[in-house]
Amino acid sequence: MFSNITYWLDKTVKKYPDKIGYADEIQKLTFLQVYRKALNLAEKIVEQNCFKMPIAIYMEKSVDVLISFFAAAYSGNFYSPIDVDMPESRIKKILEILKPRIIITKRNLAETINALAPDAVVIFEDEVTDVSSGSYEKVFEQRDRTCDTDLLYVLFTSGSTGIPKGVTICHRAVMDYIDCIEDIFHITSDDRFGNQAPFYFDNSILDIYTTMKTGASMYIIPQKVFAWPIPLLKYLDENKINTIFWVPSAMLMIAKMKALKAYDMRGKLKRVLFCGEVMPNKTLNIWRKYVPDAVFANLYGPTEITDACTYYIADREFSDAEPLPIGRPMKNTDVLILNEKNEPVKDGESGELCVRGTSLSMGYYHNPEKTAEVFVQNPLNEAYPEIIYRTGDIVKYNEYGEIVYLSRKDFQVKHMGHRIELGEIETAVSSLDEVSGNCCLYDEKRSKIVLFLEENFPEEKIELEKINQQIKNLIPEYMLPNRIVYVDKMPLNANGKTDRKKLKELLE
Amino acid sequence: MEELLKILREIKPGCDFEGRVDLASSGELDSYDIVSLVSELEEKFDIDIPVEKIIPESFDSVEAIQKLIDSLK
Repeated sequence: MFSNITYWLDKTVKKYPDKIGYADEIQKLTFLQVYRKALNLAEKIVEQNCFKMPIAIYMEKSVDVLISFFAAAYSGNFYSPIDVDMPESRIKKILEILKPRIIITKRNLAETINALAPDAVVIFEDEVTDVSSGSYEKVFEQRDRTCDTDLLYVLFTSGSTGIPKGVTICHRAVMDYIDCIEDIFHITSDDRFGNQAPFYFDNSILDIYTTMKTGASMYIIPQKVFAWPIPLLKYLDENKINTIFWVPSAMLMIAKMKALKAYDMRGKLKRVLFCGEVMPNKTLNIWRKYVPDAVFANLYGPTEITDACTYYIADREFSDAEPLPIGRPMKNTDVLILNEKNEPVKDGESGELCVRGTSLSMGYYHNPEKTAEVFVQNPLNEAYPEIIYRTGDIVKYNEYGEIVYLSRKDFQVKHMGHRIELGEIETAVSSLDEVSGNCCLYDEKRSKIVLFLEENFPEEKIELEKINQQIKNLIPEYMLPNRIVYVDKMPLNANGKTDRKKLKELLE
Repeated sequence: MEELLKILREIKPGCDFEGRVDLASSGELDSYDIVSLVSELEEKFDIDIPVEKIIPESFDSVEAIQKLIDSLK
């Protein structure tokens, strides 16, 4: 029985000690090297009498970050990655909430981190070696004291008030999630992940821990390669990467620049998974056309339920205008779709997606108020305490019984007496050839649906009338935008998603 | 060259482009910039940039980008 996720690494090391486990631009480490480095680092943590405590990891994205993650877990503590490119004010806010006992960093970042967190004990990752230093008795003693409900990590997401929220995730939640992923996609030690997701973004959990469990390999793709379609595909090809789990925008770039036509990836990519934002079928159809033999899967889920809670494997054809379903719940996870009266929705009705199961976060770190808002008693269970997570995402079932994402609860508006999901309009608009990006907002003051449009040919300034004519058969008439605002480039927030706040400011 | 500089400044305001030879390889121009730059160039100069040419070497300096445009006209 495993009470701590690092038992997976123990097992994998025994089976595949000399196989490359984790690689980045600078180093390719075998599982044994990663294991020894993590344990040497864990020993330094244990020396500080630190147990069940937060450890901040502050360094550039690399295999060394993963070693630090594993060291925190081995020692019975939990980690929180802090990105070096994050603005200082945000780092400060995070550290104020997290109050890390220890910060793991590198020598060249010592000065910065000392200024940011003068009270924390600083451990340098670049001082540990991969030479075995003994039996690690104390480390294992501490690990054996952990329960699987103890935290593995805290990831900070942006809160609407500007105060980041620390999502706590325990060992059991990740083990549960990875068990599902291994089952669904049949991942084995022969597979190789091409990692795109930053480590402060929980999409990376899939790459990191599926590799740890199955003995696959994980290659961290250098961030700058993502700007160049052909070099990116070449990187995947040359490193024999057969599985990717990316955000749709990374896939959009390749599709838009017709890279798959110029560089054949057939028979090379086995699985293409994506999550994090809506995947337009216009993009996916290009991928499916040029890499027809790959499995394409749409994963859905907020950080609060450990990366993903539903999935849909693209098994039929879609037109560019159709929405791609987010599918069905993963095993050991249940999804409730509740309407405004907290009742399960009936045919065709939309409602809020709520989740129950092992994958749920233990709540927001040091934030009981925010926790109580969204981690609530299951309204369908009056018999005993049972917590569900309210995602704030509005969805509905389609004719196949699959879940279809409509929009955020906050984007649901009342317009001329109709309840409108702005996301539905966006899906319709995104199917048009002239459109490269779009976002809909509701101007409450003037009662108008405003469409922000990024065009493929910005000079043309396609008229609203022309757009509405084309989407009229996709959405009801009362949902047609009333006003259009042309933008050269959609503003993006820190996570690479459309920055709605910024667009809202344009309305004023 | 002036027209190109104008486009570049719009895409990345505040960046000093002249004299730089590492715009792409340093990561200064990220994937979002490249996507918008390519479509902008294709439209303004009425060219079709083949994906094979969308590599760091073609975008490392203003001169290199200009050369790319000229070769496609």
